[in-house]
Amino acid sequence: MTETKSSNPASAEVWITGIGLATSLGEGLDAHWDALNQRRINVDEKSFAPHIVHPWAPINLDTQIPKKGDQRQMEAWQRIGTYAAGLALESAGIKGNKEILARMDMIVAAGGGERDLAVDSNILNLEAKGNSAPGFLNERLMNDLRPTLFLAQLSNLLAGNIAIVHGVTGSSRTFMGEEAAGVDAARIALARIAAGQSDIALIGGSQNGERKDLLVLYEFGGFNLKDKFVPVWARGKNGGFALGSGGAFLVIESRAHAEARGAKPYARLTNVVADMARRRHPGEVTSALEGLWSKLGKLADKGAIITGATGAEPATSEESAFLGAHPGFAVRATGTMFGHTMETQFPLGLALAALSLSRGALFPPNDPTGLEVEMSTPPTQIVVIGTGHWRGEGMALVEAIR
Amino acid sequence: MTAKRDKFGRPIVVVTGMGVVTSLGAGKADNWKKLTAGESGIRTITRFPTEGLRTTMAGTVDFIPIEPFSSTDLSERLGELAAEEAVAQAAIGAKGDFPGPLFLAVAPVEVEWPQRQELGRAIGAGTEVDYDAMLRVSGGGRYTQYHQRFLFGSVADYLAGTFGTKGSPISLSTACASGASAIQLGVEAIRRGEADAALCVATDGSVNPEALVRFSLLSALSTHNDPPQAAVRPFAKNRDGFVMAEGAGALVLESYEAATARGATILGIVAGCGELADSFHRTRSSPDGKPIIGCVRNALADAGLASDQIDYINAHGTGTPENDKMEYLGISSVFGERAKQIPVSSNKSMVGHTLSAAGAVEAVFSLLTLEHQRIPPTINYDVPDPAIPFDVVPNKARDARVTAVMSNSFGFGGQNAVLILTREPV
Repeated sequence: MTETKSSNPASAEVWITGIGLATSLGEGLDAHWDALNQRRINVDEKSFAPHIVHPWAPINLDTQIPKKGDQRQMEAWQRIGTYAAGLALESAGIKGNKEILARMDMIVAAGGGERDLAVDSNILNLEAKGNSAPGFLNERLMNDLRPTLFLAQLSNLLAGNIAIVHGVTGSSRTFMGEEAAGVDAARIALARIAAGQSDIALIGGSQNGERKDLLVLYEFGGFNLKDKFVPVWARGKNGGFALGSGGAFLVIESRAHAEARGAKPYARLTNVVADMARRRHPGEVTSALEGLWSKLGKLADKGAIITGATGAEPATSEESAFLGAHPGFAVRATGTMFGHTMETQFPLGLALAALSLSRGALFPPNDPTGLEVEMSTPPTQIVVIGTGHWRGEGMALVEAIR
Repeated sequence: MTAKRDKFGRPIVVVTGMGVVTSLGAGKADNWKKLTAGESGIRTITRFPTEGLRTTMAGTVDFIPIEPFSSTDLSERLGELAAEEAVAQAAIGAKGDFPGPLFLAVAPVEVEWPQRQELGRAIGAGTEVDYDAMLRVSGGGRYTQYHQRFLFGSVADYLAGTFGTKGSPISLSTACASGASAIQLGVEAIRRGEADAALCVATDGSVNPEALVRFSLLSALSTHNDPPQAAVRPFAKNRDGFVMAEGAGALVLESYEAATARGATILGIVAGCGELADSFHRTRSSPDGKPIIGCVRNALADAGLASDQIDYINAHGTGTPENDKMEYLGISSVFGERAKQIPVSSNKSMVGHTLSAAGAVEAVFSLLTLEHQRIPPTINYDVPDPAIPFDVVPNKARDARVTAVMSNSFGFGGQNAVLILTREPV
C-alpha cells in the first residue's frame, strides 16, 4: 500500500512541550530516566503464571484525580490514562489553565472493554451447571453488572474522563486499533497543527496489562510471552509479548503557540508516517518500514531508534531485518523495559525520545543479543518505530531543539 | 460552481458517493422511500431471547444473515455494504483500489458472549470456570481466528483490504458522534491537501444482550415495547428513551477540484464541521448547554455561514428526555426565535439510534433531503412537549426549499459534533 500524500511542506513547526509518564517503572520524568539508566525492569512472572505482565507501579491517584468519585467511575486503564494525562498537562505548564484547556484538542489511542471477571465467571459456572433457560443470561446481566461498568469499558470514556478531570475540551477524539491507533493519534494531531487546523493537542494512551480478559484475547493468537521473562530481541522464533501497564501522554503545539506562552520544548515532533502492510508474504513489514524510513525526512548518520517492537513473530524478525539494513543506529526496544502497552507503545516511544533529547543522552541498552549498542554522543534525532504485532507500521522523527 | 476553494482558501470538500443500510432496508432508494413515508424499522427482537429485559425491541438489521452471529461481524458486513454502494455511485478508482484513506467509525470491539460461552464449554463440566481456566483453553491455535476478529482494528483492516484504501486506516469512536467524526477526519485530510479523496464509513451492529443491558442499566432506553414502531418519540412529551438500532452509512469525499477533473457527479458539499467536548458528566450534558451551543457555533463558523442560512436541522433527536431538552436549549440559544420556525426532524424516530453509525447515516439522509428537497418527518409525534416548541415536521414528510442542512450528533463522554451540508459550495 502506498502512503497518502504528506502534508503541506510549508507547515508549522511542532514542539513537544509536555510529557506525562506513569508506567510499571514509576511516575514522572526523573523516575523514568533513573530507571532506564539503571536498566530496571518491573515484571511479574507469578501472578498470572505462566503469563508474564509488567504491573503498574503504585502511585497516589489523588494527586492527579482528586475526586474519589471520579476514581470510582473508572476502571484501571482509565485511571492510569487520566493520571498520565494530568502529568503531561502539568509538565507543559497548562494544568488548570482554563483558557488553553478549553480550546485544546485531544486524540486518545484507546482499547477498552475491561471486564468484571467475577460476573463473567459466575455466569459461565451457572451455565455449566445447567442454567440454560432462555433469558438466563439477560437476567444475570441485568442483576449483576454494575450500572456504570459500561462507562468504564467504553473506549471513548478515557478521553471523556480526561475532559471531566482535567478540563481538556477543545475536541475529543478516540482512535482504536491497537498499536496503529497510537501512531495515528500522533500523526493526525501533528498534521492538524502543522496545517494550522489546531494550535495545541494532548495525545496519548494507556493500558492496564494486569488483565486476564486481555490475556485471553492475545492467547487466542498465541502472542503472550510465557514462563520466563526475556528481553525483546532474545525471544526468538516462538516469541511474544508481556503485556505492559502504563499511560503515556504528550502535549504538542505549534512553535508559535509555545513561544507565545513562554513554554519550554523537550523536542521537535518533525514527522509521523504510517502504513498498513497486508502481511500476506514474508518481507512485507521490512519493506513497509523501509518505505516509511524514506519518508521521514533528512536523517543524519549514527542516530538513535526507539522501537516498540513487540517480540511477536514474524513482525519482530522482519523489523530486525530492517534495522540490520541501517547499521550505525543505536536501537532501544521499549518492550523489554515496559512490556507491550499496545495502543500506548508509540506515544511511550515518542515520550522517551523527547525525554532523551532533552537530557542530551540516549539511555543505555538492555539487550543480551548485542542488537542494542551504546551511544556515547548526545542524540540530535531519534526515530520512533511502531510495528504492530498483527497490523500497522508507523514511524516518527523526533529532533532536538538547539 | 467555479471556485475550487472555499471562502477561507481551503479546498472545497464534496460528496460524490453515498451508501446506507438501516433497519428500513439496504440502499439509499429503499431507505429514502420508507423514511419519507414515515415508516419505522423498529421491531421486536428475535435474534436472542428477551426474557428478563426491560426493553425488547430494537432497530435490528435482520435481513443480512450473519452466522454465527457476532456484533463485530455484522458491523463489518453493514459497513461493507454501505461502502460498496458509495464507491459504486462515486465510480472512483478501480475495484479494490480506492485512491485515498479510510476513516471508520465503529463500536468498540470486544469478545462477545457466544465466544465466552464456547470457552466455558471447552473447560468442561466439573471444573470451576474462571478466567484462569479460560486462559488455559484459549491457546494452542484452537481459537486463532478470534484474536483477529476481536481486535479493535479488525473491521477497518477488512474494509481497507476490500476497498484498497491507502495508508493506515483509522478506526475511531466518539460514541454517538462517531459517524460525524469520521466525516470530519475525511474533510480535514482533504483540506490539508493530504488526499484528494477519502472513504468515510460508520457502522454499528451492536444489538446483542449485553449491549442492550448496558444501556438499559443506564436508564437510557425506551421501554415502550408495544407496538415497537411507536417506541421512539423524539421531542414528544411522552418520550422515554432511545431505541438501539443497527446500520451503516458511507460517504466518498473528494476535493471539488479532483471530483470535477474526473467528471464526477457532485451530490453535495460538506461545508463545515464543528466539535466541542463537554466536561460536565460522563452521560449528561452540561445543564447550561454551553458545549452544545459552542459546537453548533463552531460548525457554523467553520462553514462560514450564519444561523439564518440554515434551512433544516437534522436533529440528534434520540428521544431521551434529557437529550431532546438539551438539543432544544442548544439550538434555541444559537437560532433565537427562529428555532421555533426552522424545521427540525429526527430520523431516529424511524430508524432508531444507530449509535456509532448515526452521524454518517444521518449525513446521508441530510444529503438526500437536499437532493429531493423533501424533509423526512419525526414520527410518533402525537403529544407535543411545550418545553420544546420545535417544528418537528410531525409525522408526515414535507416538501421544502433546502439549501443548507445542519446535522447534529451528541454522545456519551461529552462528545459533540455538528456537520453543515449544502447543495452548492458556499
